[in-house]
Amino acid sequence: MDNPDDRKYTKEHEWVKVENKEGMNATATVGITFHAQELLTDIVFVELPKAGKKVEQFKQLAVVESVKSVSDVFSPVSGEVTAANNELTSNPELINKDPYNAGWIAKLKIEDNAKLNNELNNLMSAEQYGEYLKTAAH
Amino acid sequence: MQLIFEISKPGSATRMLPDLEEGIIKIDLAKSALKEFVQSSGNSSGTLSTLDLPEVPENEIIRHYVALSRRNIGIDTAFYPLGSCTMKYNPKINEDTARLEGFAMLHPMQIFTDQHTPQDHVQGVLQLIYELEKDLCEITGMDAATLQPAAGAHGEMTGLMIAKKYFHDRKEFQRKKVLIPDSAHGTNPASAAICNFEIVTIKSNNQGLVDIENLRKNLNEQSAVFMITNPNTLGLFEKNIVEICNVVHEAGALVYCDGANMNAMVGITKPGEMGFDMMHLNLHKTFSTPHGGGGPGAGPCLVKEHLKNCLPMPRILKEETGEIGVEYDNYTRKEIMSKRYRYILVYTPYDSNLAAHSSSIGRVKAFFGNFGILVRAYTYIKAHGASGLRKNTEYAVLHANYLRVILQEHYDLPHKVVCKHEFVLSDKDIPNGVTTLDIAKRLLDYGQHAPTIYFPMIVHGSIMIEPTETESLDRLNEFAAAMIKIKEEAVSDPELVKKAPHTTVVGRLDAVAAARKPNVKWKRE
Repeated sequence: MDNPDDRKYTKEHEWVKVENKEGMNATATVGITFHAQELLTDIVFVELPKAGKKVEQFKQLAVVESVKSVSDVFSPVSGEVTAANNELTSNPELINKDPYNAGWIAKLKIEDNAKLNNELNNLMSAEQYGEYLKTAAH
Repeated sequence: MQLIFEISKPGSATRMLPDLEEGIIKIDLAKSALKEFVQSSGNSSGTLSTLDLPEVPENEIIRHYVALSRRNIGIDTAFYPLGSCTMKYNPKINEDTARLEGFAMLHPMQIFTDQHTPQDHVQGVLQLIYELEKDLCEITGMDAATLQPAAGAHGEMTGLMIAKKYFHDRKEFQRKKVLIPDSAHGTNPASAAICNFEIVTIKSNNQGLVDIENLRKNLNEQSAVFMITNPNTLGLFEKNIVEICNVVHEAGALVYCDGANMNAMVGITKPGEMGFDMMHLNLHKTFSTPHGGGGPGAGPCLVKEHLKNCLPMPRILKEETGEIGVEYDNYTRKEIMSKRYRYILVYTPYDSNLAAHSSSIGRVKAFFGNFGILVRAYTYIKAHGASGLRKNTEYAVLHANYLRVILQEHYDLPHKVVCKHEFVLSDKDIPNGVTTLDIAKRLLDYGQHAPTIYFPMIVHGSIMIEPTETESLDRLNEFAAAMIKIKEEAVSDPELVKKAPHTTVVGRLDAVAAARKPNVKWKRE
């Protein structure tokens, strides 16, 4: 499956889609990649962050549990959680079915645009991420 | 198969006792007490029938549970190489001693029975706990222990609470980080999170060991504890452990040993001598007490001298009574004069006997932990003696290496070195889309319990094999033959393996549905 090129990717297989990047109210939507859900296999539980939680880049944001294992989801960028995808509570399989849209995990409010730009430089484009998947052992 | 509730027929229960004659026993009194209990537990009608207990004749109860047990695979029925779990045989002598009347009939409140000479009724019990603490300290090279924790993870939590208290007392409040290798048991980060520590993951190097440079980079004045399992979950001994401990100590932090893999070290080497400050043991792994099925477990926490004052209370002290008694000496077969001792419990931080004990983290479990389990572990240690324990370790390591050498010809072994008590294969060389899970399921058809799978996560499709010392060469060969056969099947007839098991009562259970929509309650229709 193609990784959409309207967003950025981490080495830990999370994606972030930033909207209104230049404006005052930049927001970021976070999820895990197709490859991540494939590694995890069937997801059975998602521990969602609460609105108002402040998170730093690459720090723990959520937890996903599959039949095989439990994994932390790290936030690709710093921000404050404004919403979590409550649909995942009753339908965690949305992450397996549609990791890039319906399976989003949390939305963040960006407080510092300059910091955001620096942080985005630490992430990969869809093309770079595709290369990374080919070279990394997993 | 029917549930015991479904077999139940009103009036079918075996009645062994004749009807009570009126006036012999105050049956009304008992009935009203029971009624009160039922009412107090939220049942307004208070009728006993609403408890709805199954009614089944005694012989049918036996048949029901024996039939259930025969559908299971356990250490009593099969080879059980579940990696990281040390599923060794639990000698029956452990059960004999645990059933001795003085232990089995003990009441937890018995320590309070005589106000003037408290604990006089339980001197033997306190002596056993005291001596087990001493033996475990001797085996691990630590200075003091608490036997309260009820399981390994509980021992970890106790250890981390002690570390927290230690830094609190030293006013080093900024030490909030616990460093953990990426090969660690999941309980390590869980325990650290429960104790409100922040977790830092330390990457393993390509040999599967701690990357000391990465560790050094992550150590600073915020580091509280480095938690490490030795040998690690790949079954590899951390050969640089002394240097690792030094590096951590230089940063002012403590080193915690997850003793889950102690079965590879007993009688050979001691964590206390490697530089560890604290550790836990799993008596249900290394010391042959029951494991699984609710155990219960025991996870003693052991510390070095500088952390001793933080241990949970009560502590047990041994003191001379000042009396001299006559004892029969079993070796010389003569009566000898010897000092008399008594064992006392120290509860309060201000006890004059333990003035320095005021740093205690308090209790972590009611009474003395899972005491029946402690009796079994004590029995195991005394029955084997120092040489027997060492021999067990040697066989545990020999058995793992025997299987490793055979199986590495057929499966991918990522770390091709001599292992300790266990080793980890990967799914790299398994053809035709057959997975680690498929192999585990197919092993059931060969009458073998599956190894641990998909852990540790640093190996792709892990198959983690720990045979333990208690298996015979024939059993090891049977298991190796089954693994080799399955590999051949994966090549010649992959569908056979993918659809396994074929011989069990149930095949592939729907693990996804079971996790997403657990249905564990039975309701009368």
